[in-house]
Amino acid sequence: MVDDATKSTLAKIPLLKTRAGPRDGDAWILRLKEEYAALIKYVQNNKEADNDWFRLESNKDGTRWFGKCWFVHDLLKYEFDVEFDIPVTYPETAPELALPELDGKTAKMYREGKICLTDHFKPLWARNVPRFGIAHALALGLGPWLAVEIPDLVEKKLIVYNEPKASSSAASGSGQ
Amino acid sequence: MSSTKTEDELRARVAALEQQLAAALGSAQPSTTAGLVKRTKIATMSSEVVDSNPYSRLMALKRMGIVDNYERIRDFTVAIVGVGGVGSVAAEMLTRCGIGKLLLFDYDKVELANMNRLFFRPDQSGFSKVQAAQETLQGINPDVTIETHNYNVTTVANFAHFVGRIKEGSLTGGPVDLVLSCVDNFEARMAINQACNEIGQTWFESGVSENAVSGHIQLLIPGETACFACAPPLVVASGIDEKTLKRDGVCAASLPTTMGIVAGFLIQNTLKYLLKFGTVSRYLGYNAMLDFFPSMEFRPNEQCTNFHCRRQQQLYQEKLALQPKADGAVAAVAEEAVVHEDDFGIELVSDSAEPAVAGHNANAGLVAGVHRAYDAPAPSHHADAAVTSEISEAASLDLEDLQKQFMAMNSK
Ligand SMILES: [Zn+2]
Repeated sequence: MVDDATKSTLAKIPLLKTRAGPRDGDAWILRLKEEYAALIKYVQNNKEADNDWFRLESNKDGTRWFGKCWFVHDLLKYEFDVEFDIPVTYPETAPELALPELDGKTAKMYREGKICLTDHFKPLWARNVPRFGIAHALALGLGPWLAVEIPDLVEKKLIVYNEPKASSSAASGSGQ
Repeated sequence: MSSTKTEDELRARVAALEQQLAAALGSAQPSTTAGLVKRTKIATMSSEVVDSNPYSRLMALKRMGIVDNYERIRDFTVAIVGVGGVGSVAAEMLTRCGIGKLLLFDYDKVELANMNRLFFRPDQSGFSKVQAAQETLQGINPDVTIETHNYNVTTVANFAHFVGRIKEGSLTGGPVDLVLSCVDNFEARMAINQACNEIGQTWFESGVSENAVSGHIQLLIPGETACFACAPPLVVASGIDEKTLKRDGVCAASLPTTMGIVAGFLIQNTLKYLLKFGTVSRYLGYNAMLDFFPSMEFRPNEQCTNFHCRRQQQLYQEKLALQPKADGAVAAVAEEAVVHEDDFGIELVSDSAEPAVAGHNANAGLVAGVHRAYDAPAPSHHADAAVTSEISEAASLDLEDLQKQFMAMNSK
């Protein structure tokens, strides 16, 4: 089952209502507005809980999303690029979240760094179409994945801590 | 270590390298090297039984009365989406059978981690699967026309092109005769389902479970049979207690046997469908633990969430009405799942590691040994009640303003 912390995080993210995918013209624009509204609220919640953990932006059409996500383990912050496409069958199918840098480092990935979700994700997503959006996918999919996999990858020395790059505003400006 | 031994070792190494070099040169110029035969194109299929005729045993199907007109195979075009453990083997089978044209779609590369499966070779590592497959297949049978597309069919950027090739990719520029889904994920199956529902294309779905010990094939005829979105995906019970299944640490297991068997079932039914012999299975499951093969068929769900599925159903009913009388179809899949919802409007599900209980209505119409991956969602009757002010207000806001507001949060 989904743990209580994730459940309570999910419960605080606004639910969406427009059943529309990227090929649905104006309905998609409406859906995209809802996506942004839910993401804004989710990031606000995270900041308030001192648990800000990703930055995201999309292309103009909202079909491709990219940014950073990070996870703090033993007081060190590990940061990764995150990217995903909105599939043509969205929101019937969830976006496939990918961390390309970790491709090949863990068996819990499919091709191109797409993360392997738990057995719970898909049924839960399917039952909540069209109410779940990108924010829910992050909270239910990527967050728990990082929490399990990053400590494991660090322990196996498959990822090492890098000093934050000066050029990265996301890395230097967070955690406040 | 004596110097003679070192010298012997070096001699052996040189000899081995010379052999490898000869083999490499040989494969580059097969027709000039003894022992390596390059298959040349054959204009017409002959049933003459001579060593040099690759079609003689296939044409014998006609002589024996199994197939009326085997040569017709050359007129057919089949699109294969996913050229992995099942798709590559399926492509090889069709190539050896002398299919007219194959369209291959995949965006993955060959990796050493794939070598537990059939078809690809270690020396093809790093090449795109479609390119590596094309080379091998063309070497096996140059009579087959092979078109490849190295892209992901689920993205907006590629989907229209994908639909276009299904519609116009045949040898005569018309729709392909059959689409075979040999992908390994729900998203891609749903994209193929969407494409086929939109254009009324018949397709076969195939799959192998993540624990590698069960699989299935399913025929989908838009409007006539259930589409892939009509009900939650089917699971062939593996016969092992799914609670004891250890999934930690890996996404999926795979066996060349299960994949080969599923590819065999898939192409056997493809041949039956194209060449019109025998009975084409609507759904055939495979439980490798018990060697159990459930089969059944499904009628479409009138409340399917897919608009094009409902449209195709209507078209099919109109077509039926014009016909004298149709055969009675087997049990329809009626979805009437029990929904339990928490205070926040999120629908929770029971632990999916537990298979749905036999007799539960989510599994109505299913034969023993097969169940749904999860309960079907209820029609969205309460969605609006749970919508918050953030979402209600979003509609009236400008998209660019929302994007700016979101981006501004990055710097705070
Ligand atoms: Zn349907």
